[in-house]
Formats: sequence, C-alpha cells, structure tokens
Amino acid sequence: MLKQFGVWEPLSLDESSECELELSTVRHQPEGLEQLQAQTQFTRKELQSLYRDFKNECPSGLVDEETFKTIYSQFFPQGDATTYAHFLFNAFDMDRNGTIHFEDFVIGLSVLLRGSETEKLRWAFNLYDINKDGCITKEEMLAIMTSIYDMMGRYTYPSVRDDDPSEHVDKFFQKMDRNRDGVVTIDEFIETCQKDEDIMASMQLFENVI
Amino acid sequence: MAAGVATWMPFARAAAVGWLPLAQQTMPKPPVDKTSRSDEILFVNVSGLRFQTWKNTLDRYPDTLLGSSEKEFFYNEETQEYFFDRDPEMFRHILNFFRTGKLHYPRHECIQAFEEELAFYGIIPEIIGDCCMEEYRDRKKENQERLAEDTEAENAGDAPLPPDATLRDKLWRAFENPHTSTMALVFYYVTGFFIAVSVIANVVETVPCRPLKGSVKDLPCGEKFSVAFSCLDTACVLIFSCEYLMRLYAAPSRCDFARSVMSVIDVVAILPFYIGLVMPENEEVSGAFVTLRVFRVFRIFKFSRHSQGLRILGCTLQACASELGFLLFSLTMAVIIFATVMFYAEKGTKGTTFSSIPASFWYTIVTMTTLGYGDMVPDSIAGKIFGSICSLSGVLVIALPVPVIVSNFARIYHQNQRADKMRAQQKVRQARIRMAKKGATNAFLQHKEDGGLQGGDSDSTALCVKNRSAFEHQHHHLLQCLEKTTNHEFTDEVTYSEVCMMDSVGFRTSRSTSLSSQQGATTTCCSRRSKRRAIRLANSTVSVSRGSVQELATLHITKTPVGTQYPQSRSNLNARTEDLKLNCDDYTAAIISIPTPPANTPDESLPNSPAIPGILRNSRSSTYNTQETVKISSL
Repeated sequence: MLKQFGVWEPLSLDESSECELELSTVRHQPEGLEQLQAQTQFTRKELQSLYRDFKNECPSGLVDEETFKTIYSQFFPQGDATTYAHFLFNAFDMDRNGTIHFEDFVIGLSVLLRGSETEKLRWAFNLYDINKDGCITKEEMLAIMTSIYDMMGRYTYPSVRDDDPSEHVDKFFQKMDRNRDGVVTIDEFIETCQKDEDIMASMQLFENVI
Repeated sequence: MAAGVATWMPFARAAAVGWLPLAQQTMPKPPVDKTSRSDEILFVNVSGLRFQTWKNTLDRYPDTLLGSSEKEFFYNEETQEYFFDRDPEMFRHILNFFRTGKLHYPRHECIQAFEEELAFYGIIPEIIGDCCMEEYRDRKKENQERLAEDTEAENAGDAPLPPDATLRDKLWRAFENPHTSTMALVFYYVTGFFIAVSVIANVVETVPCRPLKGSVKDLPCGEKFSVAFSCLDTACVLIFSCEYLMRLYAAPSRCDFARSVMSVIDVVAILPFYIGLVMPENEEVSGAFVTLRVFRVFRIFKFSRHSQGLRILGCTLQACASELGFLLFSLTMAVIIFATVMFYAEKGTKGTTFSSIPASFWYTIVTMTTLGYGDMVPDSIAGKIFGSICSLSGVLVIALPVPVIVSNFARIYHQNQRADKMRAQQKVRQARIRMAKKGATNAFLQHKEDGGLQGGDSDSTALCVKNRSAFEHQHHHLLQCLEKTTNHEFTDEVTYSEVCMMDSVGFRTSRSTSLSSQQGATTTCCSRRSKRRAIRLANSTVSVSRGSVQELATLHITKTPVGTQYPQSRSNLNARTEDLKLNCDDYTAAIISIPTPPANTPDESLPNSPAIPGILRNSRSSTYNTQETVKISSL
C-alpha cells in the first residue's frame, strides 16, 4: 500500500520494466514462395495476392485464436460463431501451437479449394475429430453439431429446438457408422460420402472462390 | 463492408466445405463472379503526383468513386492512368483509407477542405477511425459555430433594413441593435440610466437617515422620504412596463420572446409593484408583499442587455452546467459525510454546539470553504482531527471543477471577440465585393455603349476587343443573348430608378385594372414590380442577409418603353414575364457568387404571389446548384 502513495518507489524500478519489452515483437515470416507453391495448388500470383491480404490484416504474420474467432463471427452476426470458430481454428492450426501462420492458412485453403474430393473429405473428418484420434465419437459430433446450430442464432424458422442437434447427429451416425460400433472412422466416412451423390456434387461448389 | 471482412470472405466460404457432409438439404449454387480475378496495378495521377495501387484495393469499397465504374470518367487514354485534378496531399489520406480500411483526419488541414475531398471521392466522414474522430468532431463543431456566428452576424446585421420594413421591424431592430439609429441609442441609455436609478433607490431606501424631529430612533430613508421613493419607484416601473410592452409588440415571434430569459427578468422586475397595487393593505398578506419587494433587485439583471460581459458570464454558466452540477453534488456528499462524522465525534462533549446533524452542516460548509467563522468549534480530539481532514478536502473538492469553468469562460469570451472581429472584416469584404461587381457590370455596359458585338466601327471595336479576355467575350455574349431573348436591356441602377419614376406615373392607371386581375404577381406596373423584384432578387440570391440587397443586386431589369407590346394577348405577355423572371433569377444567382453558405431566409420570406412560387422554387433549387459550380471569380 505504501507503494501506491509513491513513498517506496526508488527501490523497485528495475525489475518490472525489462519483462514488458519482450512480448510485443513476436513475428512470423512464411517460407519462401517456391516452397509454398510446391506444397499447395495455388499459382504464384494467387499466393502473392493471398499473402498481401493476409499480411494486411495480420501484420505480425500470425492469427491467434481470439482474433480468428472475432473475424469468423463477423460473418454470422445473428448467432454465436465462437465455438465453431474454435473447432475451425484447430482444424487449420496443424502444428497445434495456438496460432495460425500463413502456411497453415494457405495449405488449408489449398485443400479446400483445389484439393481432390478425398482430400476435402479428409479435411472435414479432421475438423469433426476434435481430439484427432482418428475416429469421431457421438460426443464429438454432438459438440460440432451444437456449435453449427449455435451459429444460426435465435431467430430462425422453424425455431431450433434443443434436441435438433442430437437428432441430426443420430441421422449422421445412422448413415456413416457401418459397423454400428458407435464411432465413425475415416474409412467409413470417406466410403459413405463417396457413395452419396449429393455430397460429391456439392464439393464442386466452392472451387472458384479464389 | 470493412476491408478486413472482405479479405476473409474467401476463407469463410472455403471453410463451408466442412458443412457439406452434414448437410440435410442440397447446397445452393454459388454466385457467379464474372469479374476477372487477376489483380493489376492501377495508376492514379492526382495533380501530378502519381500513385499506384492494386485494383483490388480500390474494389474493396464499391460505393466510392474510386471503387466503382465512376472512375472511368477520369481515365486518360494517352497516359493510361486516372487523372484527378484535386489536392494530392489529401489524396494520400483517401488512398490510405482504401489500403487500411481506416480513415484518418490530418490535423493540419482545414476541415472544410477535407470534407470536400471526402464528398468528391464518395466517402462518408462518419467512418473516421476512433483515433482521429475526436479531433475531427471538435474541429467540425468549431467550424459550425463559426459559420453560425457568421450567418447570425449577417442576419443581425448592421445593414439597413429593406425599405418596406414595418414599424414593428424597425422597432425590433432598434431594440436589438441600439447603435443603428440615434433614437435607439437614446432609448438604450435612458433605460440603462433608469435601471441604475431604480437599483440605487432600492439600496438607499434601507440606509438609516437622521431621525425625524422629536423622535430618537433612526429611520431608514425609505420611511422618511416615503413619498419621494414611491414616486421614483412608480416612475421606474412605468418606464420598464412601457419598454416591455413595446418589446413585446415589436418581437417577430411573441411566444419565443415571452419565453426568453430577458423577458422573464423584465416581468419579474415589474411584477411586485403591480401585485402590491392589487393586494389589500392586510397585515398578514403584507408580510408576503415584503418578500416580493426582494424581487425588485432583479432589475439589476436587466443590465445584461447593456453589458456583453454579463451575457458571456451567463453563457458560461449555462455551458458549464454539468460541471457546476458535479461540483454541487460532490460538495453535498462531502458535507453530509463530514457533518455526520463531526456530530458523532462531538456527541460526547458537554454543551456542544453540534446539536444535530443538520446543525453540523453549517460547520462543514464553513470549514470546507475555508471561511471558518468560529461560531461552531470542535472540542474533542476526534472532532479536531476530523475537522482538519474536512477543511483539507474542502479545498480539493472546490478546486477541481474551477479550471473547467474557467476554460469554458475563456472559450466563450474568445468567440465573442471573434464575432466582433468578423463583423469588421465582413464590412471590408463586402465593400470589396461590391466594387468588383460594379466593375463587371460597368464593363458590360461600357462594352455595349462602344457598339460591342453589334458591329459598329471596326477601329473602335478592335480597340475594345483587345482589352478583354475570351472569358469576358463569352460572358458578354451571353448577357446579350439574354437581352435578346427577353427583349429587355441591362442598365445600371441610376437609369433604372429614373425610368421607374417615369413609368410609375405613366403606366399605373392604365395598366393596373386590366392586368391586375391576372395572377397577382405579374403586374406590369414598374414600381410595384420593382419592389417585388427587389425582394425576390434579395430572396432568391444565395446570400444570406436581406439587408444586402443593395450590395448584391446591382443588376435590375428595366422595362424598355415598348408600350406597343402591352396590348398583346395576355397569355403571351404573361409567358414572357414568367420567362423573364426565370432568367432573371438564374442569371443573378449565377453572377452573384459570394461563397456564403446557402441561405435559410429565402424559404421563409417567399413573396406572397401564389402563382409563380413553383417557378421561383425551381429556379432557386437550380440557383443552389449553380452557386456551387459556377464560381465566376471576376465577379
């Protein structure tokens, strides 16, 4: 308390000032353009354009989870997109270090926009598999489903009832879980999806986004 | 949409792939994007300073000039760039907005220039970022205040009234601006004198005079010379009442006047007298009557009409109302706290003056304002300790809001100083404008006299022609076209009034009966029309004050003595005069390009002609446009 009254100050100057300098200068530079070209399906110009936009938005070269949630929530103003954004963040953040850098970003986009159907399905499976153990349990699916329905918000027609997500999960499992063991593995998932024509057709929709 | 959101849109759409396996219905088709996706660098040349940017950057904001196809109008094929003839320094900020999504306000720039640039490029000022928003708002408010002062100064105007001002207008003008006529000045000083006399009388009548012969007690002067004082009082009240009634009569809006502060003060100053007349000489009631006499002191507030400083003080207090409120509130809080503490601290002491908490309020206030009368003093040690804390905190609490009040006073005082300076500057400025305009019209009339475009001697025309620029040629040609169209000619003021005198005598009797039955406005009587046109010209110009009609409308259209044309068919004549009016309004507005803000007054003081107002209004709306775009600087 004496410190507050400015009485005890002269002695404690040195300690705290050094720590504060380090935090603000974390930065990330991406790998070279050629390497990224090799890793993704984008052309050089597309990569340049993507990087310019990315750098404009995130001058430090990194996106942390909070920023990501804010950005993604802007697209869904009626509902709460934070939970789904969290799952999405984990899907993009491949090395699980809590930040997305440009490589993660662009590799993820490459898969989504220029990948083959199998790759896209793999990516989707990776998204649903929250703990990345290779299979989707009912709880994981329910979490994902609830987060998607949360994005709809309150004002929907017809209104979202409380058991809508779990019904949807049951339908999903009925369709995907071949051996009825309560989990969906990647092979079951890919196999079932490839047999479904609607899903395959819809995969083409987002190809010319960039 | 913010740049950020636009950037992330492709990402959000891509992430939607994650919903596909879960979808219960088929997905809708995506929108087809026909624009080419490849990005290119655009060159933008702003007054010689060359900027380059990606096309995508500009496309982020499609509802601005640069983001839409509107910029194609500025594309220069030869140099393959977009050329804007605007301020290059400002353009830097505009382009930064596109790049970063945040608009910053440069502090060293004039706010009006900045707003004009924003308007040109189609950017609304409201998206200025938080970092600069406060500065922008302050400057904008300052600017608006200054403009309001300007218009007020012009309105209030020391300029003379239009000739048809009623007695009411004259009276009101005399009251509001005493230095406009000697009568008003005399009235001003007389009322000031009587206010002073009244206040001094109120003060003196309570002073003890020598007692009457035979009695010992000192009498207040009021009772000794009661007749004299009551005569004085009556006289003053009569004068004040007269003044109030005259002001009420003269006020343009009686409701507003009755509600204004000064009128309330006037009423309160004279009311006690009248109430005293009405009230019976009752013992109980006279007590209340005595209280009413206190209100006579309000007469001193009437001085605020005479003193600018008092008005400023009043303004300041008004402006600082919230600070004063805060001061009062915090003082009250502190008073209650300390009074309670002192009361309980002194409770034990025998014979203490701190008999109750409300009684302690008095001690607390006296101590906090460092007065310290000493009528109530704490005895116990606890009481003394708390008493000292009380006085220390009192100084602080009172000192805090004072700088705010002081700075507000300074601001308002400077505004007033500025208003006075403005007035002086306005006079000079308008004198200059008058001279310039006269020069232009004289040039045209001179040109006509010399034979001008009509031919005449080749020698004289050659001489004349050399001295004029291409611009003047075109202008004169235009004026001549107008003359030919309307079959009237331009003259100057002197000739016009002479002609008018002649016409009014000659034409009134024969014309008025036949044509006055037509739409009331299209009279052919020169004088009537001249009067109306004078007003209409004054109203339809874009300048503000009614009083400046003499300064601005130096071009009157005279009626040539083409008496043979009058017996023509009425519709024809009417059409021509309507045509005439239309051209007249457009013309004068185009010529008169004083860069003052668009007027408010024209709308109110529309002339009473029901038939033509539509035309006039249309022409007025076009006059606003022409005023902005046609800035003929030679005038």
